[in-house]
Order: sequence, then structure tokens, then C-alpha cells
Amino acid sequence: MNVLVCIKRVAMVGARIVVTPDGQEIDTKQLGFTVSPHEECAVEEAVRIVERLGGTVSVLTLGPSEASEQLRDAAAIGATHLVHLKTDGREFDPIATAQAIVEVVHQLEAVSGTYDLILFGNEAPDTGDYQVGIRVAHSLDRPCVTGVKNLEVAETSARARREFRGGDELFELDLPCVLTVKEGINLPRYPSLPGRMRAKKAVIEEFEPVWQASLVVKEGLRVPNVTRERAEILGTGVDAVPALLALLEQIGVLS
Amino acid sequence: MSSYEPSRNETQHPSVLCLVETDDGTVIEASLRALSFARSLAQSSQARLIAALVGEIPEITASSLGSFGVDEAYAVTSTQLSPYAPVAWAQALRQLLVTCGATTLLAAGSDRGNEVMAHVGALTSEPMAANCFGATRIDDETVRLSRQRWAGSLIEDSLLRSTTALMTVAFDGVSSQRAEHATTTKISAFAPNLDESDGRTHVARWTGRSAGISLADARVVVGGGRGVGSADGFAALDELAELLGGAVGVSRAVTSLGWRPHNQQVGQTGTRIAPDLYLVSGISGATQHLAGCQSAKRVVAINTDPDAPIISRADYAVIGDLNQIIPALAAAIRERNSLTS
Ligand SMILES: Cc1cc2nc3c(=O)[nH]c(=O)nc-3n(C[C@H](O)[C@H](O)[C@H](O)COP(=O)(O)OP(=O)(O)OC[C@H]3O[C@@H](n4cnc5c(N)ncnc54)[C@H](O)[C@@H]3O)c2cc1C
Ligand SMILES: Nc1ncnc2c1ncn2[C@@H]1O[C@H](COP(=O)(O)O)[C@@H](O)[C@H]1O
Repeated sequence: MNVLVCIKRVAMVGARIVVTPDGQEIDTKQLGFTVSPHEECAVEEAVRIVERLGGTVSVLTLGPSEASEQLRDAAAIGATHLVHLKTDGREFDPIATAQAIVEVVHQLEAVSGTYDLILFGNEAPDTGDYQVGIRVAHSLDRPCVTGVKNLEVAETSARARREFRGGDELFELDLPCVLTVKEGINLPRYPSLPGRMRAKKAVIEEFEPVWQASLVVKEGLRVPNVTRERAEILGTGVDAVPALLALLEQIGVLS
Repeated sequence: MSSYEPSRNETQHPSVLCLVETDDGTVIEASLRALSFARSLAQSSQARLIAALVGEIPEITASSLGSFGVDEAYAVTSTQLSPYAPVAWAQALRQLLVTCGATTLLAAGSDRGNEVMAHVGALTSEPMAANCFGATRIDDETVRLSRQRWAGSLIEDSLLRSTTALMTVAFDGVSSQRAEHATTTKISAFAPNLDESDGRTHVARWTGRSAGISLADARVVVGGGRGVGSADGFAALDELAELLGGAVGVSRAVTSLGWRPHNQQVGQTGTRIAPDLYLVSGISGATQHLAGCQSAKRVVAINTDPDAPIISRADYAVIGDLNQIIPALAAAIRERNSLTS
């Protein structure tokens, strides 16, 4: 079983997002970087599948040089092959991202065979475009299910479940296929010390993706107006309980 | 007023086409919001508002479409469309788009709406802008739009340059508003030309709603974060939630620690909640958490730290230890209930 997982390096924003003075980017000077919890779960799922059925876990990212950190994090929990589509920092839109990924998948598959599964996050945390996985699936002419919360993989088929309006939808697919997953499909492991040591030395295969201009032309970013500035303080400690009770009564949530 | 003058050909008016999702014949709230958004875009470009529904359109559905100002609705039917098959839905919409000469296609920013629209984008090689909450047509090839980034913590203004504008509508960014004047919606049937491969990926089995109050629909949510301190600490929150007829919601810190299952997580990568009251304790208020409770009517925070970000985003706050306050509040409610009953 060969599994490919696509992950995206994003800033770990805290309580507030700051936009750069030109209004084009977010200010990341004080921030750390990570990948989406959905994608962490996708990597974990791939590692579990390969632990059970044998094979390889490749992890791919398209991003600046520093995105190699996120690839090494994936290696620390068990990814065996790391693939970096190195950009000069320019933003790739979903169409350009999908095309670059497909290009490299063709090259890699020509050498080491078809990926039985290609996993994505359901959506990226920053742009939230909900579409890179679907575009890749169409270009490769493979079936695709999004938002997967439970996955059973056999040699040539997969059963994928997801939530829908409080119930549960089951899809049955033939491999190879493309799946986008959501956090909750598993609880990712913490990297072990040997895992971290291995990750440091892991080889990263590099490619140069072709940038193309987006048809959604960004004019600027802004922080939404918040209607609330500060809460009304009802009190401190248990002394505030009567005020809290009165408030619940007033809101009408007490029967 | 918009200065946009649509170029009209002899037979077709410009139109905005909107996918409408129903649940047991009722138009879902996310689609009502998408329709409200679509109507204002249609009005700004003197276009007709057309709805697409998969399956028959019963009288009751037609009348609610009318109250949202829908000029025409298509009942899209084919054996490939049901059970739900995302590619087939996208193919059908793409064909309907051509048939009714629409230049804009919209859907709710729901799981299904985003999925179908991404497939339409892939099939047509057109861009698809997700989670928009504002749009005006500038000319035949340009829509100016505002969309949510970072799960709503940031807004992007941009120009969508395409002869077919594909968008989904942000749930939290738009309200559902009936049209000033209801219309009589003309209902037509549309049978798309689909083959078996379009329905290749479809729902093989659907298991209905589970019992109990779901987090997404709960009127009251009692939230707990890392500040609860342990898995056992949640017993008091469970009890309070039960007294209030609500559900417990938690932060990612809590699910990552394994204290609570992920289906209780509120936020960007968890559940979006919209209760009348979110009583949130021991949660600091990271943007990714707040993204999940933007639609809460009232937020009451309990936190030991008066400078926690949640305090500046809540309506009311109590400063103090949740492990004392929550049990005391539960006791006070029980006492009140015993007096009033
Ligand atoms: C891409 C991405 C997606 C994410 N998605 C989500 C998501 O969906 N949901 C989510 O919640 N997070 C999400 N996160 C994580 C998020 O950034 C925060 O790390 C997380 O919300 C913090 O949880 P917390 O508030 O419980 O913990 P902390 O930030 O550690 O806050 C604990 C709070 O408890 C208070 N406290 C401590 N003791 C007490 C006490 N005895 N009584 C009262 N108060 C007390 C403290 O003052 C503090 O404010 C995401 C992160 C990323 C990068
Ligand atoms: N730059 C990137 N590099 C690798 N994978 C990406 C990149 N951008 C998006 N993806 C993948 O596509 C998913 C959906 O992204 P999006 O369509 O942008 O919301 C993400 O969760 C990732 O798995």
C-alpha cells in the first residue's frame, strides 16, 4: 500500500490576527507554524494503514523552504518519503496548487508506482478553499470523498464514512482514490525520540513548481469589526453565582 | 446603485443560479442564507434568481422559494443523483448553468455545498471562491467579493475574474431575509444528461440521526477547556449541561489530551455551534475556537485570568475558578428548581 499525504504549512495564529501595513499578508513575525489538525490526522491515518498493510507513506508539501519543518514533523511520526515543492514564497491558489501536485504525482508514480490513496485535509486553515483535493482527483481521474471521519482500507478497496446532518454517510470506493479527512478520524500520536532523530536525517526530494496567477485577485485583507469590546464583569468567584443565576433567568434558559 | 449594465442577448436574461438543499422538504437554513445572498447579487445586476433543487419540488418548498424572491426553480431529476453522488450533482448543475444561461452559480457553504461547488470548479477548470459573504457584479467577467479567511477571523476582498462566477456562501457572514415582495416561483423540470461514471462515487448507506441533543443544535452549550484540569473535572459540566437541557462543548486542548471525544470539540476543526447561550469556562479564546461560536447569541465566560482573550469576546464574565463556580451554579439552579416546582 502506497499512501501520499498533502500538508500545508500555516501560521499558528493566537487570539488575534495582525495584517501587514500593505494589507496583503498576515504578519507572522511573532508566530510559530504548523499544519491543520485535519492534515495531522491524515498523516496519522496513513501511518496506521501502512503499519497494518505494509508499504510507504509519502508526505508532500508545496511551500517556502521553511516548510521542510512540517515535512520533518511528519517523518517523526512515521512518514517514509518526503516531497517538497519549493516555492519562492508566492501564494499558489487552489488551481495552481492542484496542478503542481498533479505534475509531481505523475513524475513520482512513473518511478515508484501508483499511490493507492492520496489523502488531504478537508480544508486548509488559512484559505479554507475546500477544493485542492477534489481538483487533484479530477485531474488524475480518481474517485474522491471529502470530510472522511472513519476509514477502512483493504488491498483494493476502501470504506469511508463521514457525518451528515447528525447521521452517518458511507461510501465504498475502489483504489486508487483520493480522500480528504477531518480531525477526529483518529487521535494522532506524539513523535517518539527515535522518530525525531530519524526525521532530522530524512532525505527530502525537491521539485520546482510552476506558479500561475490566480483568477481570484486579492485586493486586500482586513480584520472583521468585532461588535463586543469587553465583557460586563458579573463578579468574582462563587460570589458571582447569584448574578449568574439571574442572568440565566433573564436569558430564558432556565425551565 | 450599481453601474453595471448586463449585456443581454435576444433569448436570455442574465441570471444567478443557486443550489438549494432541503431536509425532508424543508429548505435548510444555510440555503436560505445562500438564497438571500444570491437575491441581492441578482438585484445588483438586474438578473433573475433561479434555484436548483435535486428531486421533486413540493408545493410547500415552492412557496418558501417564492418568499425568498426566487423567479424560477428547476427540479433536477435523474437516477444518478440519488442517493447523493457529488460528481453527478456537479455535472447536473454545470448543464443547468448552460441551459438557463446563468453567469453565476452559488451554493451554501455547507459540507455538501462546498463539495459540489469544488467539483463544478474542477469540471469547468474555473476558480471557486468559498465562504463569500459579499458580492457585486462589476462587469460580465468580474465580481467583486468579500470572503472569509482563517475560518472567519479575517476577511479578504478580491476580484473574481471569470465568465462563470462560482461561489459558496459563508453561514456566519449572511442572514436569511425574505424578499420584500414574494414572487410566484415558476417550477420547471430539468433532466440532466448523466452517465453511470458520474454516479460512481455515491452514498452507499445513510444511517439516520442519533438520539440526544446534538452539539450543533443545542440551545445551551456548556464549554470546558484545559482549565477544567482533568477528564474527571468534566462531571460538573455534564451535570450543569443536563440541568440546562444543553450539551457540553470542549476546546481542542481537551480532545488532544484525550479527556473528551472529538465530536464535542467546538471550533474551526470541530463543530460550529449556534446556541442562545454559550457558557464557556477554562477556555482562553484562540481564534480557532472562536471560529466555532460566532453564531452564539450570548457568550458568558468563566476564567481565572481577567486578561484572557475570551473575556474581550464575551458579553458577560465571571473571574474565578470554574471548579468552584460551576458546581455552585448547578447547586443554585437545583435549589431554584425545587422551589418553583
Ligand atoms: C489550524 C488549527 C485549528 C484549530 N482548531 C481548533 C478547534 O476547532 N477548536 C479549539 O478549541 N481549538 C482549536 N485549535 C487550537 C487552539 O489554537 C488553542 O490551542 C485551543 O483552543 C486552546 O484550548 P484551551 O483554551 O482549552 O487551552 P488554553 O489556551 O491553555 O487556555 C486555558 C484557559 O483556562 C483558564 N483557566 C485555567 N485554570 C482555570 C480554572 N481553574 N478556572 C477557570 N479558568 C481557568 C486559563 O486562564 C486559560 O485562559 C486549532 C489550532 C490550529 C492551529
Ligand atoms: N500548499 C499546499 N501544499 C500541500 N498541500 C496543500 C497545499 N494547499 C492545500 N493543500 C492540501 O489541500 C487541502 C485543502 O486545501 P484547500 O482546498 O486550500 O482548503 C489541505 O488540507 C491540504 O491537504
